[in-house]
Amino acid sequence: MTGEADRYEIRLSGAGGQGAMLAGKLLAAAAVYDGKNAVQTQSYGPEARGGKSKTDIVISNGEIDYPKATQVDVLLAMSQASLDEYLPSLREGGILVVDSYLVERVEHEGAIGIPFTMLALEECGRKLFANVVALGAVAELTQVVQWESLRAAVLERVPKGTESINEKALALGRQAARDTRSES
Amino acid sequence: MSESTVKKQVLQGNEACAVGALAAGVNFFAGYPITPSSEIAEVMSQCLPLMGGRFIQMEDEIASIAAIVGASLAGAKVMTATSGPGFSLMQENIGFAAIAEVPCVIVNVQRAGPSTGLPTQPAQADVQQARWGTHGDHAMIALAPSSVLECFTMTVDCVNLAERYRTPVVLLSDEVIGHMRESVALPAPRTYKVESRRQPEEGETEYCPYCACEGEPLPPLAAFGGEYRYHVTGLTHDARGFPTMVKEEVDRKIRGIVGKIEGCADELASYEEFMLEDADVLLFAYGSTARVAKSSVRQLRERGVRAGLLRARTIWPFSGARLEELAGQVDLVVVPEMNLGQLSLEVERVICGAADVRALGKVDGDLFTPDEIAGFTMEAVGR
Repeated sequence: MTGEADRYEIRLSGAGGQGAMLAGKLLAAAAVYDGKNAVQTQSYGPEARGGKSKTDIVISNGEIDYPKATQVDVLLAMSQASLDEYLPSLREGGILVVDSYLVERVEHEGAIGIPFTMLALEECGRKLFANVVALGAVAELTQVVQWESLRAAVLERVPKGTESINEKALALGRQAARDTRSES
Repeated sequence: MSESTVKKQVLQGNEACAVGALAAGVNFFAGYPITPSSEIAEVMSQCLPLMGGRFIQMEDEIASIAAIVGASLAGAKVMTATSGPGFSLMQENIGFAAIAEVPCVIVNVQRAGPSTGLPTQPAQADVQQARWGTHGDHAMIALAPSSVLECFTMTVDCVNLAERYRTPVVLLSDEVIGHMRESVALPAPRTYKVESRRQPEEGETEYCPYCACEGEPLPPLAAFGGEYRYHVTGLTHDARGFPTMVKEEVDRKIRGIVGKIEGCADELASYEEFMLEDADVLLFAYGSTARVAKSSVRQLRERGVRAGLLRARTIWPFSGARLEELAGQVDLVVVPEMNLGQLSLEVERVICGAADVRALGKVDGDLFTPDEIAGFTMEAVGR
């Protein structure tokens, strides 16, 4: 019997255009580099930008039947609307990570706030790297994929010429997560 | 694609569909992008020109299906991809391809309708449209993938079946499967069969594109504009393709296009069976819903219900053979679908009272959860 016992569910959410989908693709690719099975699905509105956008990544050593998340182990919210919508899906004891630059109200004990968008803007020069910064933090906080696998997935899949800045963004997220941990 | 594709990669369902089409030899694609199918056109537009094929972005879906039917007649292996609204527009020329017996593949990545509906949300509500969307007596072949791997393998199957039966074939995908990325090891080239329509024997002088008498094997399809002159029309026609009103010829034509497919229904049927050996409750599902149902079976087993899953890969022609066998074994059949009971009617027709059939419909734009199907089944068995 293929167990779904080691099923790990990650939900990355935000507003359309923030790059949650790409982050999800990269995380799923990293899990496969680790030799695991991964399924990534998505949900978004008809708008090209804005609205709510989420991607679910399910990682398991066994077969993955149900492709979406039900009891989310880790939730990333990059906007207030997505936090409000998806917080109920977080399982008890699950990890909540929010972009504290954009999310004002967090009614959840133990939530981890990191200003991803601000870090991206200040350190990488553009807000659009916030998704990769967040990805680095999520990977560090969960240890769900090996760092080298994630790094390889990012370097192979980001647009040519942006490898080094994306690598920087990823490392920035990891460091921010480590700093948060040591503070708490 | 590289030669060695046996290693696992993360691929999207729609991407796998396009890669499957190329693997099956599709060299002409005409389409009009529409969510949630657009990635298929995107990949085809990138790959086909590099492989010596043709990609055309048409002005709409009516033109798209017309272009692929024309290209197929001229000898190309063809495909288009769309979703519900575009599938509706294509129906007239799907009927033309059925009566003119032109091989073509139409991918419908289903989204919630009717009309514009929910562009980015899944449904399985085009099941009956795939069967009866075009008017008049005809048969259809439609396959429903449940995984990224099947988006590849079934697209190959669709192309092969279109070429073998000279008929339109529908890949009935859905938003969840089309947009889903998953780890997959695609079969290596040359490990799967690729079929092409038969060609007239060399030196053939009396070529006819259509059957001249009952029971005759389907004639080859010579490339239109090539060596042989023949007629193609949507009017009911004779063996050379010219319009006819001769009762015997008309009757033979219609029975012919239906019989060549319906007569192979059991042969074309394909299922995945899961925990059916001792089952007394059967879940019958297809597409993305079948993945959920599999999780539900595991849940039900944990709760002491002997449930099993019959996942249909072939939707049309609908074969009752395996269901009839199982009807003698189970007391209850649950049919979850993201529609209000489209294939459950076929299941009821086949089971014919031998077991209790319960349809579970969902039309809120979201995929079922395992709890929903398991909960409904628990209630139906009275626990």
